[in-house]
Amino acid sequence: MEKYLYIALFAPIVGSLFAALFGDRPKNLITGIATSALLFASWVASLVLLMYVDGDTIVHVRMMDWIAAGSFNIDFGFIVDQVSAIMMVTVTTVSMLVHIYSIGYMEHDKGFNRYFSYLSAFVFSMMVLVMSDNFLGLFIGWEGVGLCSWLLISHWYHKPDVTPDINPAISPAWAANEAFVMNRIADLGMLLGIFLIYWNLGSLEYSIVFANIGTLSTGTITWIGILLFIGAMGKSAQFPLHTWLANAMEGPTPVSALIHAATMVTAGVYLIVRSHEIYALIPNVGYFIACLGAFVAIFAASMALVNMELKRIIAYSTLSQLGYMFVAAGLGAYWIALFHLMAHAFFKSVLFLGAGNVMHAMDDERNINKMGGLSKVMPWTMGIMVVASTALAGIWPLAGFFSKDKILETAFAEHNYFLWVMLWIGAGLTAYYSFRLIMMVFFGKKNYGDEKNPHEAYPYVLATMIPLAILAVIAGFFEHSFMTYVTEVLPEYYPHVSTFTFIVLVIITMGIALGGIALAVVKFSKGNFDDFFKKLGVFNLLSNQYYIPKFYEEKICKPYAALSHFAWKKLDMKVVDATVDFIAGVIYASGDKARKMQNGNLSSYLKWMVFGLIVMLLLAVFKIGM
Amino acid sequence: MITLTHYLVLSAILFTIGMVGVIRRKNLLLLFFSTEILLNSVNIGFVAVANYYNDLTGQMFAFFIIAVAASEVAVGLGLLILWYRKNGTIDLDSMQKLKG
Amino acid sequence: MYELIAFYLFSGLTISMFLIVVLTNNALYAMSALAAGMILISGFFFLLNADFLGVVQIIVYTGAVMALYAFGMMFLDTTQDVKEDISSSKLIYSLWVASALLILVMIGAPFMSDHLMLDAPLDNPIIAGANNPQAVGVILFTKYLVQFELAAVMLLVAMIAGIVLASKKMDQSLSSNPKLEEELHREEFDVKDDK
Repeated sequence: MEKYLYIALFAPIVGSLFAALFGDRPKNLITGIATSALLFASWVASLVLLMYVDGDTIVHVRMMDWIAAGSFNIDFGFIVDQVSAIMMVTVTTVSMLVHIYSIGYMEHDKGFNRYFSYLSAFVFSMMVLVMSDNFLGLFIGWEGVGLCSWLLISHWYHKPDVTPDINPAISPAWAANEAFVMNRIADLGMLLGIFLIYWNLGSLEYSIVFANIGTLSTGTITWIGILLFIGAMGKSAQFPLHTWLANAMEGPTPVSALIHAATMVTAGVYLIVRSHEIYALIPNVGYFIACLGAFVAIFAASMALVNMELKRIIAYSTLSQLGYMFVAAGLGAYWIALFHLMAHAFFKSVLFLGAGNVMHAMDDERNINKMGGLSKVMPWTMGIMVVASTALAGIWPLAGFFSKDKILETAFAEHNYFLWVMLWIGAGLTAYYSFRLIMMVFFGKKNYGDEKNPHEAYPYVLATMIPLAILAVIAGFFEHSFMTYVTEVLPEYYPHVSTFTFIVLVIITMGIALGGIALAVVKFSKGNFDDFFKKLGVFNLLSNQYYIPKFYEEKICKPYAALSHFAWKKLDMKVVDATVDFIAGVIYASGDKARKMQNGNLSSYLKWMVFGLIVMLLLAVFKIGM
Repeated sequence: MITLTHYLVLSAILFTIGMVGVIRRKNLLLLFFSTEILLNSVNIGFVAVANYYNDLTGQMFAFFIIAVAASEVAVGLGLLILWYRKNGTIDLDSMQKLKG
Repeated sequence: MYELIAFYLFSGLTISMFLIVVLTNNALYAMSALAAGMILISGFFFLLNADFLGVVQIIVYTGAVMALYAFGMMFLDTTQDVKEDISSSKLIYSLWVASALLILVMIGAPFMSDHLMLDAPLDNPIIAGANNPQAVGVILFTKYLVQFELAAVMLLVAMIAGIVLASKKMDQSLSSNPKLEEELHREEFDVKDDK
């Protein structure tokens, strides 16, 4: 069984290193095929492990010693239990399909080989993250996915910077830096949390930490929980560290599908789910997480209502759904959060892949105002995206219904009615903007000129999207087996509502979702509904993301840049450099003076000899004297 | 009463005189003279110690020092003459190839 | 009593003679003073019951070494006053005073001189009844024989070195090169005529 673990873990990095050999050469198809094949192997191994892990039978390997410094011992250990297995299968499924999709999407790109190397490296880091059995290994994977995300967002790093009103993300390089820096800020919190855990418990292994976490004071546990959640906030783009996710759309679309829909952003949710034993002890922090999640759900959905860029709408949708997951995790329904994570991965990634098809067809056009009526030219893409959007909106019997509905039930059952209302409104908004997207892109009148020649994507590209679409449809029916499987590790939770309440809730939720869809379809088939928001006066506010990026730029980035400039010019150059130069100057000058000792003049040498004699005599006198 | 200390003090004074000559003189020949003074002062010291401790080792030492000094003078003067033939001067300041 | 007078007389004269050697500008004065100093040191040796050494000092130092110096002065133009460019005389005198003080303190100061102790074993006692040359002879040819022979070799080497360094054309053999002998003979005659 262990060999499956190693195959699942190391196949992606082998592919990455193989593709790296071709890094600076022109496109070589073998890189794409080899990496996809290795990911297929990883996927098969993950499936085998999924079916093998059962009850207490888990796979736990200790690969090698890593740090052994005094009493600080960390091994490279990997564990595959139910939670890891679910994550592994999700990650490898989406990754494998995205790899094959990318072969078609990136076919004209110059950085083809480099792209696949980074993509496989990302998958490896994600696997390390979900398979590690201690917090430090998780942190390594955490950093690895952050790094690969940076590398991939800035894939077209040569694009120059533009002003924010032309492109809010300024440039791919800038967006990548923003993503990395925001993640880094959050990682500081997470690192502090890990330090706290180690300091108080003396170990970072999950089994030891979770067994002993109860011995700590509630204050300590609260701090650990808060700090770990700060790390999750960065990775999963919760408010206020959310601006990077929308800007990360500067990267290639398959990257967005893989990283910013299915895997990296879910790492934060995985962390909370994995540390559920910690969060079970601090329900207050959990409640705060839930509130923040609900806020983000509505906040992001509101920004998606009026946005004009194709991928940004889907990015805000991801942000919103992450909020849902955190609500579930915060309220203690960990398996529900994991379930929504898995379902969301499927339909969100296929949504992104469909958007990629559209952009590829429209020559990288992003503005949905300039599209329209594409359903005649791209029927398959339209069909898949409609299915995915319906799943996202939470319509029975697609996957989104089961997972989202469970979350709303949980909120209601915990008597958090305010949270329920927020999530309910969010569901409505989700349905509305998803179908606004569909309507503006695929239906309505044609808004583009004749120079664009949209065509359907290649058959094999569509073939990669079909499995995800199918999973988006049927995943919901596995809810019960999923629950029994995962709750062998996670705590059991079932929202307790009476059957009557349950049916009423379902009807209300479906009602608002269908209402949102209907509103979008009706209003956009005839024309634009965005004027409604303009009349409400909030169009600009929402369009500019509540002016939060501008706020960050003015109030945080500019002062910090000024501080850095000061530190560079005044502190580094004038103080540090001057000190080092001064020391060098002193040594040089003293050497210059000492050089005169060796002037070849015998008389002066004799004088130095006498001087040395006097020194030695002095020493002798003092020695005798003492 | 003349004790050993008297002789040692005398030897020390003569030694310092020789040392001053060594560091002061710029003419190589006169430098050699100063070296002779150094050697002689040391001889006095050795013989004084030999006398006051009733031991002949000091005298033997002084004996061999005289022998060495004599041969040193012979060779040193030979070299000095060679240098003078070549350079025409035996001033120390002129014997300087390093620039410092 | 006599010892006291002799000691102070000799020491005063020696110090003044040696001071002349190091301080004067005239090379001839320096050489003469040095010779005088050597004789006076020999006097010290006699005071210290080192008869043999005293005589050796006169013969070797005053006789041979000073004669060597005198010959050396012949080759060099030292009849005029030596022009010496002595810079930083203050430095010299300060070094002099410092070193003199230090050594004197070491030897003279009572609390220091009490600490001066003889560590080496005394194993060459002066044989009672024998006079100094006899005692020296006994020791020299029994205990220090190897050193004596080595000193002899060293003197031989020094002699040869002195001859080779000072003479002209000493790197060529006269017996295997008859023409050279003639040349040298002619050179010598030429030199004589110049003078």
